[in-house]
Amino acid sequence: MDQLTTTSELPVPVNAARAVARPVLSALENVGRFGMMVVELVRALPEWRAWLPRTIEQCQHVGYGSLAIVMLTSAFAGGVTSFQAGYQFTGSIPLYLLGAVIAESIILELGPVMTGLLLAGRIGARYAAELGTMRVTEQIDALESLGRNPASHLLLPRVLAGLVMLPALVVVSDATGMVSGFLAAKQSIHITYADYAYGTQRFFRTFDLWYSVIKAEAFGAVVTLIPCYVGFEAQEGAEGVGRATTTAVVASCVLILLLDLVLAKLLL
Amino acid sequence: MIELRNVHKKFGRHVVLDGVDFSVADGETVALLGPSGTGKSVLLKHIIGLMRPDIGDVIVDGESVPRLDRRQLAALRGRIGYAFQTGALFDSMTVYENIRLGITDDACYGDRDFCRRRVAECLHLVNLADDVGKLMPAELSGGMRKRVGIARAIAGRPKYLLYDEPTSGLDPVNADAMDALIERLQKELHATSVVVSHDVRGSFRVADRIALLHNGRIRAVGTAEEFMAAKDSVVREFLERDVQFATEG
Repeated sequence: MDQLTTTSELPVPVNAARAVARPVLSALENVGRFGMMVVELVRALPEWRAWLPRTIEQCQHVGYGSLAIVMLTSAFAGGVTSFQAGYQFTGSIPLYLLGAVIAESIILELGPVMTGLLLAGRIGARYAAELGTMRVTEQIDALESLGRNPASHLLLPRVLAGLVMLPALVVVSDATGMVSGFLAAKQSIHITYADYAYGTQRFFRTFDLWYSVIKAEAFGAVVTLIPCYVGFEAQEGAEGVGRATTTAVVASCVLILLLDLVLAKLLL
Repeated sequence: MIELRNVHKKFGRHVVLDGVDFSVADGETVALLGPSGTGKSVLLKHIIGLMRPDIGDVIVDGESVPRLDRRQLAALRGRIGYAFQTGALFDSMTVYENIRLGITDDACYGDRDFCRRRVAECLHLVNLADDVGKLMPAELSGGMRKRVGIARAIAGRPKYLLYDEPTSGLDPVNADAMDALIERLQKELHATSVVVSHDVRGSFRVADRIALLHNGRIRAVGTAEEFMAAKDSVVREFLERDVQFATEG
């Protein structure tokens, strides 16, 4: 009779090598599959009759649906930045410089990063859960069985909506943060509008706005591509959908922070 | 014609299909029987190209399904209707939109009047009223979902029809009604059909031939009479278990 060799009987180095190799191979497999998904998205671009109406629908969900929460958090962020800047610098620097500190903090960092993180939770979780549920209930198989391309019907509209709407939301976030920053500074350190406007304009470069939009575009790709991939590949029922949703949000948030660092190093 | 040649498929170390040879002639209805978890649905997914065999070939309409590119596969799928076990309806769309999506010809899909007529026709074919079209899938019973799934599968006037467990989860009365529906559709549409089931009685009613999938292979194929007269121990055991279950039920 054949003797079955169990894992526990294998030499320690072999077990150690396996323990290292498995996650590495799994990660490489995911990178490959993710790359294939991106290729499929590009190949689906000519099928505009399928993706265009669905993209408009998704833009409403992403843009209009997120507008209130983005404005609310930006208003708070602008106010807090203003209070903290006032607390740290009052008496040590001219007041107009506070306008520059508040505006630059919001445009360069807080606007894009906070909007990105918010949408990773709001849109990323939604996309991963929607697509994951469609996968485990065979709706994606059904779509394919009808000769329809899931890339043009499901994935591309979601990704394009993120790429279009996130920069728009970031511009709204920047504007809201700057207004609330001024109102908070006026209340706490009694800065005049003339000082605030002078400080803001004195240190403002057009590139700052471009930098904010470039970051928004990159974060828009992250909060749509990662959840779409994770949801599309979900398996094993409700538990799999739950795991996909958590993975999508956590991975998107970590990648946003990583990209924030990389883009700051590369572009500033 | 549908033909599977020496099809092997395994998931990890679990062998599901272990050299399946199986064919369905044009216009014929074949019921594929077997206990749950023997790979019947996996076999069906190979026919429509949702899965690729590890070894072997699947020929549909003279084309090798695993070798088709994306466009060719989409064109072939336009000639196949697939009724999923749970209906697999798109839950964000109404019943009307679900069935409309089954119209696989792009020109027809864009013609709203044609779509309205065709969806109404399909709803009538599966014995559902017109106003069901306005409902969302969540508002339907299990049996109605299956019927809508079939309506979507036939909306594109397919040459081939694949049914995945059409009577599973239904009470005996609704299961009989479903069998009658499949029988009627075969007469009206003349499609080449494969019905995956573990319901022996229903399969005998709707199929021209019956095949039994056992341990990843086709164990027996034949007409209902040939099946009833078979002396193979596995076939006997499967038939007797069903008869016993029916008697106990």
